[in-house]
Amino acid sequence: MIRIDSVTKRYPDGTVAVDNLSLEIPDRSITVFVGPSGCGKTTTLRMINRMIEPTEGRILLDGKDLAQQPVNTLRRSMGYVIQNAGLFQHRTIVDNIATVPRLLGWSKDKARARARELMDRVGLDGALAKRYPYQLSGGQQQRVGVARALAADPPVLLMDEPFSAVDPVVRKGLQDELLRIQEELGKTIVFVTHDIDEAVKIGTNVAVMRTGGHLAQFAPPAELLSNPADDFVEDFLGADRGIRRLSFFSTADLGLLTTPIVAVDSTAEQISERSAGDVPYLLVTDVEGKPLGWSEPARLTAGAVDPERLLPYGRPFEHGKESLRAALDGAVLSPTGWAVAVSADGRVTGVVSQQTIGEAIRAAHAEGDPDGRTDGRTDAKVAG
Amino acid sequence: MNGGIFDIPSDLQNTYWGLVGLHLRLALIPVVAGLLVALPISQLCVMLRWLYPPVLWVTTILYAIPSLAFFVVLIDYTGQTELTVMIPLGVYSLVVFVPAIVDGVRSVPQETLDAATAMGLGPWRRYFQVQLPIAAPAIIAGLRVATVSSISLVSVGMLIGNQGGLGNLLNDGMIYHQPRLVWLSVIGTAVLAILADAFLVLVRILVTPWMPRGNRKPRPVDEPEPESRPEPAAAALEDAVR
Ligand SMILES: Nc1ncnc2c1ncn2[C@@H]1O[C@H](COP(=O)(O)OP(=O)(O)OP(=O)(O)O)[C@@H](O)[C@H]1O
Ligand SMILES: [Mg+2]
Repeated sequence: MIRIDSVTKRYPDGTVAVDNLSLEIPDRSITVFVGPSGCGKTTTLRMINRMIEPTEGRILLDGKDLAQQPVNTLRRSMGYVIQNAGLFQHRTIVDNIATVPRLLGWSKDKARARARELMDRVGLDGALAKRYPYQLSGGQQQRVGVARALAADPPVLLMDEPFSAVDPVVRKGLQDELLRIQEELGKTIVFVTHDIDEAVKIGTNVAVMRTGGHLAQFAPPAELLSNPADDFVEDFLGADRGIRRLSFFSTADLGLLTTPIVAVDSTAEQISERSAGDVPYLLVTDVEGKPLGWSEPARLTAGAVDPERLLPYGRPFEHGKESLRAALDGAVLSPTGWAVAVSADGRVTGVVSQQTIGEAIRAAHAEGDPDGRTDGRTDAKVAG
Repeated sequence: MNGGIFDIPSDLQNTYWGLVGLHLRLALIPVVAGLLVALPISQLCVMLRWLYPPVLWVTTILYAIPSLAFFVVLIDYTGQTELTVMIPLGVYSLVVFVPAIVDGVRSVPQETLDAATAMGLGPWRRYFQVQLPIAAPAIIAGLRVATVSSISLVSVGMLIGNQGGLGNLLNDGMIYHQPRLVWLSVIGTAVLAILADAFLVLVRILVTPWMPRGNRKPRPVDEPEPESRPEPAAAALEDAVR
């Protein structure tokens, strides 16, 4: 555990970058510092590996004052990842990753073997090992940065806007990858970003900071979204925090309908049987059970279904794994107002109407704070 | 070797190839010495920013002193020796090296240095494992300028009693009215300079496999262009003007 204890940082020119900050960073979790530019995030992060020394207060790692520990030993026990990766341009990818193991006195072979293992872990093709940083894309460089930070298996990982220089698609990939790695390795990660969506997505706890180095709120993301401490935090969270909060509600309890589904090769009887009752639309699937599109029952003729003329089914959500936000999104995307639930392999498991989703949302609110936290919360976040 | 094209007057007490060796010795020892002195001076200038401008002034003023004036001053102390030739050459190299190294070391991105610090590299490791290797292309660019100009300047040493390597041949050629000797001197010096420069280019290529090169995949667009290095050709041109 890292304890930041009444820490203030005043730069020589008088700027107060961090003002009397106190908080506890729990082990094996991702703590995100988020806030507008210049609010003291980088300063806070760098005080943890002593690249910057606090003016007042102290920081304790597992109860021991950082100031009492040899600085380079301390730093080698903390991985550090920055924007643009900060790779050593004159070293190959393996040698970049092997830096800290080499500093710790590992043999060259052992360090390189470890480096290759990490390339694999962060999803880098082994063929890149002998390349130099300029031969990699920004996203690949960022992965190397993460691998380099993990090389000596440090218990703590400090990340300063690690993904902000890559495009949104690559960023999402990197975030998912980080969550996956974290699931496997269980590091104590301190993560700085100015992107609230990123903070909510990856944080176990989020510290919202405000200009002047003040801590505005420190809470798990779901609580942040439901109970912003003040106007500043509410403003910072943005307009659609209600929708985003749905990311924390599971779809496991969502009641699915399985009747209004027909395969593309269904007979006339099957179609009429399925459209019994008052379902306005039928979902047509291919022979494997994957969704093709919606149709009004009356427009379906057995043996002559034209997939081109079906209504779009939006984006299906993975039942139980993705959040209510994904389900709502799917329902809103389809002109029928129905969302399609699928299993991990993409086969339809049921359909659900906007109305049912709305009831589920109300029920979730009624239960008070979204407490998917106990189960499936991370899952919902990864996917939702 | 009687009557051969490389025959030279006996007053030089040497063979042509002996003179070539002497020429290289006179030219290169000052360059190496200049580099060794420039490294710590440059590092001081990088660490203490305020130091750089005054150091730059001093070196520029030194550069402006004609070599002949240098000899006149030095000859009282060091006599008609090799040292009298080498000291000015060493100073000129120093003048080329200091800005080349300072700019090279400063071109190391702050992020790279921060990453090095954060990984627990102390100041020495940072200097030798990160700053110096990344500054290598700039240093070698400086080395090319210093080497080529030093090779061409050695000839002036003929003025202080045959301490000019191949330059002595130029002197003899003029005294004995033998154009062949003049050509031997001039072409020999030029060939030495070109070979030395080519050698350094080769060294640069060998020690910097990490630099983007023309026929390789260009740097990804979201990456900043690497800092431009001082062009040795341009610097050499300035040198020639001087
Ligand atoms: N070396 C320094 N000397 C003086 N002031 C500084 C120094 N470094 C940072 N500051 C100031 O301290 C404040 C906090 O800086 P910091 O870098 O921690 O911000 P940040 O939250 O990381 O911002 P960003 O999102 O832009 O990276 C800013 O006002 C900045 O101008
Ligand atoms: Mg910052």
